[in-house]
Amino acid sequence: MTASHSAPRDIAWAANSDAPGFLLGLYERMVMIREFEDGVKFLFLEGIMPGTIHQCQGQEATAVGVCTALRTDDFITSTFRGHGHALAKGLSVQELLDELFGASTGCCKGKGGSMHVGNMAQGMVPGIAIVGGGIPVAAGLALAFKMQRTDRVAVSFFGDGAVAEGAFHEGVNMAAIWNLPVIFVCENNLYGASTHVSRVMRDTHVARRVGGSYGIRAEQIDGNDVLAVYEAAKTAVAQCRAGNGPVFLELLTYRLTGHSRRDPCHYQPKEEREEWTAQDPILRFGAALVKRGLIDDAGLEAVKSRVRRDFEAAVQVAQRQPLPTTNDLTTDVFA
Amino acid sequence: MTTRNLGIAESLREAIAEEMTRDERVFCIGEDIAVPGGWGGAFTVTLGLEKKFPDRMINTPIAELGFFGVACGAAMAGMRPIADVQYGDFLLLAADQIINNIAKMRYMSGGQISMPLVMRAPVGATGRGSQHAQNLERYFTGVPGLKVVAVSNAYDAKGMLKAAVRDDNPVMIFEHKLLYGSKGARFEPGAVDATSDIPDGDYTVPLGKAAVRREGSDVTILGWLLMLHYSLQAAERLAAEGISAEVIDVRSLSPLDLETIGASVRRTGRVVIVEEGPKTGGVSAEIAASVMEECGEYLRCPVRRVASADVPVPFTPVLENAYRPDVPRIVEAAREVMQF
Ligand SMILES: Cc1ncc(C[n+]2csc(CCOP(=O)(O)OP(=O)(O)O)c2C)c(N)n1
Ligand SMILES: [Mg+2]
Repeated sequence: MTASHSAPRDIAWAANSDAPGFLLGLYERMVMIREFEDGVKFLFLEGIMPGTIHQCQGQEATAVGVCTALRTDDFITSTFRGHGHALAKGLSVQELLDELFGASTGCCKGKGGSMHVGNMAQGMVPGIAIVGGGIPVAAGLALAFKMQRTDRVAVSFFGDGAVAEGAFHEGVNMAAIWNLPVIFVCENNLYGASTHVSRVMRDTHVARRVGGSYGIRAEQIDGNDVLAVYEAAKTAVAQCRAGNGPVFLELLTYRLTGHSRRDPCHYQPKEEREEWTAQDPILRFGAALVKRGLIDDAGLEAVKSRVRRDFEAAVQVAQRQPLPTTNDLTTDVFA
Repeated sequence: MTTRNLGIAESLREAIAEEMTRDERVFCIGEDIAVPGGWGGAFTVTLGLEKKFPDRMINTPIAELGFFGVACGAAMAGMRPIADVQYGDFLLLAADQIINNIAKMRYMSGGQISMPLVMRAPVGATGRGSQHAQNLERYFTGVPGLKVVAVSNAYDAKGMLKAAVRDDNPVMIFEHKLLYGSKGARFEPGAVDATSDIPDGDYTVPLGKAAVRREGSDVTILGWLLMLHYSLQAAERLAAEGISAEVIDVRSLSPLDLETIGASVRRTGRVVIVEEGPKTGGVSAEIAASVMEECGEYLRCPVRRVASADVPVPFTPVLENAYRPDVPRIVEAAREVMQF
């Protein structure tokens, strides 16, 4: 996608999606993810938070757009970069922060950590940090939903890098031949770690390749337009619930932070980075909301402050949560 | 002779560059290894080598099964690839090519084929959670046709990588994330100094040999990678208590160097094996059984293993620290065998 260098592009307004509360909710959820990620980055770099981190600043619209189209009992699989997916699927800031701090009150009792956040009650399988590993798993969830005669849907989030793995092709093909209710969501942020897509694919239009190869509906979407993502997801969910899955969505987006830890992103050309920074999904949606008269700049600022305050409060709590004891080392291995 | 003090990441980089200069058939294949502005793999080992060898640093898609298969084919056809995974855990994706093709090709072909292929994999629990932490040694030591080594200092890293490149058989080299170097971009909590004074000029370290790192007479402590360093620290403490521990860097995990290990055990009569990774099915089980066969009649007491609990690697630091064997546990085990 060639992002314009100038002002943030407008978003794709859909006829039926402009209930103000709904739109402001989308905005707030994206801000919640951004503030979470920025706050966590600070805590990590200051050495206050243990472990390692992979973050999604710049990709908030993909998580929020897709998950908003899901019910709580629909399931997602995620990756090592799962904080945004988790918050979008309804996990609380607190249970995530507790997990990242390694507390026993975390969503996985501190045993999972940043790369494996999840909560089955909220419809999120703990993050699968093996690239591509979640794709056949999502097909398996969908197979179960179908065998159980429910209308639940599974969604698998993964990156452009995963498309090269055997697990991707095996998983998508099985979902296709069995018409499984699963939506494959490829967040194409142009890089797998430091490697640009053009170095690992001849045709970088992933949706075209998948549609042509597997005989399923595959669409490429502006992944920095939260409404466009939401509408595409809504349609895909309806198709899956009606028994006509799977669907493949390629969401074009960009990572505005390091791949992990202290990555300075020297492999991203400055020009490219600036273009995408101008198309920051939160900036874009905020500007669009203001233009529509749904909120003003002060209102946007107030959302951010409120979210920020809640985050800070949650950090205070998380740092005082109980840690597991060594007795917990050997629990949870078997059912 | 002049020497330079290098960490494991730098010494591996030197070894790779020197071997690629010496032999045009040598090339590297892996993820994020030749990206301008990138990192030189996950742990900087191949940093900058694409400038020197633009045609022989092959940056792959994220496709471990695929590029290990590619490395296998290239090795069969006369090249000498060095394939690496970013984390040892991803060897499991490549395991089919490694175990079913790479290790067996020579035997299945009745000796028609050589497989001069080096594989590198970082292991160890380092605050990253269950899927970027496993010690994979155990899964590969029992594969006939594969040589498996583990490098615990920069001198060995350089010398063994060179020996591996020159070997006509597949060699798996395990490295530890906490031993690459403890400064700058590679800073990690818990990192241990594994630097060595590296001599100028060419040298190799033979693949099949263990190394006595500290001499002693009461108990033989066997370890590799991070656990070797912890074992040396434990020996220091034991010395203060009047216990003389001999510490051996097992180094060659397959085949085991039973000559060196056996010679020590015959003198001490007591064995403690230290392994990062679950106790059940570990490399230490194989070592213990081999010691019994080799020189069991010299043992004064049962072999003791200090290993992790039989659980996946937990994320939270309190549990990860409980998972990973530490110096006090090694000291305690040595004290126990000294009761006999
Ligand atoms: C099987 C496997 N190989 C390699 C890695 C190391 N790794 C972690 S993330 C990553 C890049 C993934 O790129 P992409 O799928 O595009 O996701 P993104 O990081 O852009 O979110 C790599 C190579 C891994 N986690 N799993
Ligand atoms: Mg990507």
